Amino acid sequence: MPTQKPPQSNAQTPRQEGKWERWRQRWDRIASNRRILPVLLAAGFVLSILIPRFNLVNPYIQLILMYVGINIILCTSLNLINGYMGEFSVGHAGFMAVGAYVSAVLTTMFIPTALNPWLFPLIVVVAGLATGLVGLVVAIPSFKTRGAYLAIVTLAFNMIVKSVIENIEAIGGPRGIPGIEKLTTLPWTFFWTVLAIWVIRNFVYSNFGRGVLSIREDEIASDLMSVNTRQAKLLAFTISSFFAGIAGALFAHLLQFISPRVFDIIKSTDVLIMVYLGGIGSITGSILGATIFTVLLEVLRPLGVWRMVLMPLVLVLLMLFRPRGIMGLREFRWLIPHYQLLAAHLWRKKKEATDAPAAS
Amino acid sequence: MPLLQAKQVTHYFGGLCAVSDFNLDLAAGELIGIIGPNGAGKTTIFNLITGVYRATRGSISMNGVELVGKTPNQITQLGIARTFQNIRLFKELSVLDNVRIANYSRLNYTPLEAMLHVGRYRSEEKRVAEKALDLLSVFRLDGWAEERAANLPYGSQRRLEIVRALATGPQLLLLDEPAAGMNPNEIMQLMDFIHWIRDQFKLTIILIEHQMRLVMGICERIKVLDFGATIAEGLPEEIRNNPKVLEAYLGEGGEE
Repeated sequence: MPTQKPPQSNAQTPRQEGKWERWRQRWDRIASNRRILPVLLAAGFVLSILIPRFNLVNPYIQLILMYVGINIILCTSLNLINGYMGEFSVGHAGFMAVGAYVSAVLTTMFIPTALNPWLFPLIVVVAGLATGLVGLVVAIPSFKTRGAYLAIVTLAFNMIVKSVIENIEAIGGPRGIPGIEKLTTLPWTFFWTVLAIWVIRNFVYSNFGRGVLSIREDEIASDLMSVNTRQAKLLAFTISSFFAGIAGALFAHLLQFISPRVFDIIKSTDVLIMVYLGGIGSITGSILGATIFTVLLEVLRPLGVWRMVLMPLVLVLLMLFRPRGIMGLREFRWLIPHYQLLAAHLWRKKKEATDAPAAS
Repeated sequence: MPLLQAKQVTHYFGGLCAVSDFNLDLAAGELIGIIGPNGAGKTTIFNLITGVYRATRGSISMNGVELVGKTPNQITQLGIARTFQNIRLFKELSVLDNVRIANYSRLNYTPLEAMLHVGRYRSEEKRVAEKALDLLSVFRLDGWAEERAANLPYGSQRRLEIVRALATGPQLLLLDEPAAGMNPNEIMQLMDFIHWIRDQFKLTIILIEHQMRLVMGICERIKVLDFGATIAEGLPEEIRNNPKVLEAYLGEGGEE
């Protein structure tokens, strides 16, 4: 199915220098070609299996690739709250901590080591579900507040999680849990990343997702247009924390050592930076933001302390020149589900049908 | 039984009485107007009916169902829709999405079906997209379906707001100053338009308006508010000649 941009949008952009324009068109064609998606997915999956098996790239880069995947999950799930719903949640690391601890406790204390690799997918799901439940419990009182107040509530949640973990001796207290088996592999990271993106995308482009979007635009109007805003908010928050928990579980079994200090406000801030760097209300943006942030931090490592000056500087410049982030509120066409495009398709078909008799 | 009944509805903002002892019996199919100077409490009445505010005292019922204490979305599902004085579309979303959102409560699939793209998701999405497009084409807005709502011209945005309200499937439509920012010519068109949607969608309409031409022209019954109190009620002719109204609303020696 060739998906072309409507002619009016082409007319809006004045003709610029020929070369630049040609590159732009080529880029548009790539970004709007839906047939690329399955090819990319298949290639990615095959690569994710081949790379660790034959050591195609060195282990350091493999590690970074896995962090990129985990960060994409975190970033996409936070974008659901901060970008799509337009609220400001700053405690994402708190949810990550719940997922990480639930899974680490399971693998180190309850499940026999021999079974761990086999049960790992299940453990990740359990960690996600537990975090989702925590998210729901947090969301019920939190969403009585809005804006800055919600930010404070989620911030407090992050601190509570950290303090609670520090005070439970059974799970290591402030010393954390050492010696977690390395169960997170590249194929699994790839699988969970794709799954997270797919599910969140499906949610965003569903009835409930539209409800969430309308809350961002105008909450009162949304309520008056029959959107059960409370239900939509709780749903979005639960899904967001579910995936934060999954990211946490993967993170714990990659780092092999977790302590409460890992999941402090700084970690939450990192995820926030990724969201606003990539662009609010955009899944493409979340993927880009998480990738750029993770890779850039590694690339800038030789600069030492200075990278912590450079990164914020990049952010400041970004906010000045692209306040909505790289892909704010925009999306690659191949990330939009088929059934969303269906509406446009119906519309075009109808228009052709009405235009045809008029012309003849 | 009246469609909408308000009994002694009173609302306070702190110590300020915004609406006092408001009574209304509205039969199905009626078109009534509420007028009054700025700050008379007109929009507050809409906010009380639709559940944005909770009445301090009194009761409002729709088809015998008590509305006070219900959330706005529950009230909308009972068949009351409204537009806003200052346009409140979902600006960053497409025209089509604006209309689809109004169908939120009538889509029958669960969040899980939505997230995994299984079950009723496909058929329900198709149904609602077609329904929304049909409604848009009735109002000749379907050509804009993919456009961001904010990009529409002012008049079309006003129209879209009405379409969005109609998409919730109302029996009662509350129009809050639909003629704001329109010239006399457009007001004439609007009058026909309001009559037309009432007949087409079998609606009962309450209209808040400043433009006397519009109110006098189409309303069958008019209520006049001043400082939250109802000071007059009756046919347009009676209102026009009511000395109390002339003094309170039009000012002393008021023209129009």
